[in-house]
Amino acid sequence: MALSELRLLKNINEPGLATIEVYEKLGGYRAMRKALLEMEPEEVLHELEGSGLRGRGGAGFSMGKKASFIPKGRMDKYLCCNADESEPGTFKDRLLMQKNPHLLIEGIVIGAVAADANKAFIYIRGEYELQAEILERAVAEAYDRGYLGDRILGSEHSLSLVVHPGAGAYICGEETGLLDSLEGKRGNPRLKPPFPANQGLYQGPTLINNVETLCNAPLIIEHGADWFKSVGTEKSAGSKVVSVSGDVRRPGNYEIELGMRAGDIVYGLAGGPPEGRRVKCWFPGGSSAPVLTEADLDLGYDFETMAEAGSMLGSGAIIVVDDSMPIVSLALRLAEFYRHESCGKCTPCREGTNWTVKMLERIDYGEATPADLDVMADVQTNIIGNCLCVLGDSMAMPIGSMIEKFRPEFEAHIEEARLRHGGLPLRAHGGRADEAVGSHAA
Amino acid sequence: MSESDERPLTAPGWDRPADLEKDPALTPDLAEITVPDELRTEIERLMSLYPDRRSAAIPALHAAQALHGWCSPEAIAQVAAVMRVTPAYLSSVASFYDMLNEQPVGRHHVYVCTSVACHLVHAKRVYDAIAEAASDEGLEDTEVREWECLGACDMAPMASIDGRFVGPLDPSDAPEIVESIKEGRQPLPGRGLEDSDYRLPWGGTA
Ligand SMILES: Cc1cc2nc3c(=O)[nH]c(=O)nc-3n(C[C@H](O)[C@H](O)[C@H](O)COP(=O)(O)O)c2cc1C
Ligand code: SF4
Ligand code: FES
Repeated sequence: MALSELRLLKNINEPGLATIEVYEKLGGYRAMRKALLEMEPEEVLHELEGSGLRGRGGAGFSMGKKASFIPKGRMDKYLCCNADESEPGTFKDRLLMQKNPHLLIEGIVIGAVAADANKAFIYIRGEYELQAEILERAVAEAYDRGYLGDRILGSEHSLSLVVHPGAGAYICGEETGLLDSLEGKRGNPRLKPPFPANQGLYQGPTLINNVETLCNAPLIIEHGADWFKSVGTEKSAGSKVVSVSGDVRRPGNYEIELGMRAGDIVYGLAGGPPEGRRVKCWFPGGSSAPVLTEADLDLGYDFETMAEAGSMLGSGAIIVVDDSMPIVSLALRLAEFYRHESCGKCTPCREGTNWTVKMLERIDYGEATPADLDVMADVQTNIIGNCLCVLGDSMAMPIGSMIEKFRPEFEAHIEEARLRHGGLPLRAHGGRADEAVGSHAA
Repeated sequence: MSESDERPLTAPGWDRPADLEKDPALTPDLAEITVPDELRTEIERLMSLYPDRRSAAIPALHAAQALHGWCSPEAIAQVAAVMRVTPAYLSSVASFYDMLNEQPVGRHHVYVCTSVACHLVHAKRVYDAIAEAASDEGLEDTEVREWECLGACDMAPMASIDGRFVGPLDPSDAPEIVESIKEGRQPLPGRGLEDSDYRLPWGGTA
């Protein structure tokens, strides 16, 4: 069902929303006041947990539950907002931060109350220079009004907030890579356990949440957990900002009720593929999600249905691929991304991403045989579950799904490329495929 | 994608041999090295923001790169002196991140997204057109580079020109982009995400 009333994007086009004056005029920072002055921290935590809000960054873990893992006691505790947003297809946090930075700041204060954190950071990808500037300005405004800093609004709670830029590395979105990067190191993920809730930033207890997750907190505190749950499904409560991109007529961010029919998002909201084309496959949750097919557009778009269909809701980014795109070209571009972004710490991920690219190139150059598809599928199986973080899996699962769902097309591509080059290894001709698969028919 | 052989190395410099004869550089002494005042003040401000001063490494390298044009040995030595860390430590950080350059690639940066969603709408053609126009026009001091998803797939195909997100682009935009960089003008007025009147062509919110 479409959302009858927008929640996160309600005032998004209001001129000046990024300023504290307009934000407050529209009711902003009321929830923060309530959390600080009228509620006990346990009540705040209880409300967040009771709302059923699940993480919007990829893993879909209950936000309240994660906050409840933060140990009690008087030590420095940290809240890190994950604004690295680098999963291909995802651009929702960008919109929220650029247009409504105070909603995020308010959410961070509320999250910090729930987790008893006293130091907060927004780790924003280095490429989001505009959004970082807007956030910096908003943070300064919030400090000026005493909404950040010592004893906020005269309460017991103090919180510092720093906007920290990255410098171009997808892996810094992985929560422990983010922590190392924030500590001023290379962004290599850490072995877990210990989990960040116990030993995170500077070895202290740390709550890490995505931008959109935190932006939901003020709404939950203001309107209550029951209001939040009044839309969505039993296990996927609330609304979700979905980034739709690729072969659709109206790419963009759309706020939907979780459980909405996927086809209604792709066709109804985003306009579907261009005239005369059909959906070949789609990524339901960013490029790391196994692809689904046209028939799956009938499914409800929520965490559990996507998981049951063998994929995931992930970051809530739907990338639509139409039938003019050769599957080999898509697979190759995808694998190249993960090869580039692998941090290199684990052998299966570092080598597996590299060899997957090489094997896909071989297919394209007419140097492969259908048996190579089994080798490639095998490489994917050997990555899954054998790495420190899930970046390796994030390539292996979608590539595996493509081989499984489009095997005949892979085989035909292998055959065609071989014939085009007389069945000889291409490099023996000293040239390359004249028809690059990348340039799919316009 | 058969052109992928021609892509630049995914990790430039990975195959550069280390000079094993050289002694490791020590933390430079602030008394023996000149650091521009502005840069020093900025790095000191950055260090004060964190419980551990090393957290300032990335923003400090950004600041040094903005001043020097790249993370040159001189730039790294200056940051190292103020932060009281070894140059090797900062080099290990700089070499991890795509936006930090240990080679003088140019002061201007054109990142053309050719990642998954942009690939679906022919981003490679846009990249090729810009790269070609840049070379035809002899555009100097500018890095034109393919980039992974810039978080703006609603604007696809798109590029970040010195941090300004522009899109949707067409190969025919290339000459204007190159001209504007050459002349120090803002590229594609009205078509940047930061522009107050920016709208997606189909009317969506961005
Ligand atoms: C390779 C990789 C990249 C990730 N990138 C992001 C990201 O850009 N933004 C994000 O919020 N979460 C990202 N995540 C998920 C985070 O590790 C973490 O689960 C999330 O930030 C937790 O926040 P949430 O519970 O609010 O979703 C990534 C995970 C992996 C494995
Ligand atoms: S799985 Fe890949 S990205 Fe993750 S830690 Fe290992 S090598 Fe690095
Ligand atoms: S794929 Fe190009 S901006 Fe996302």
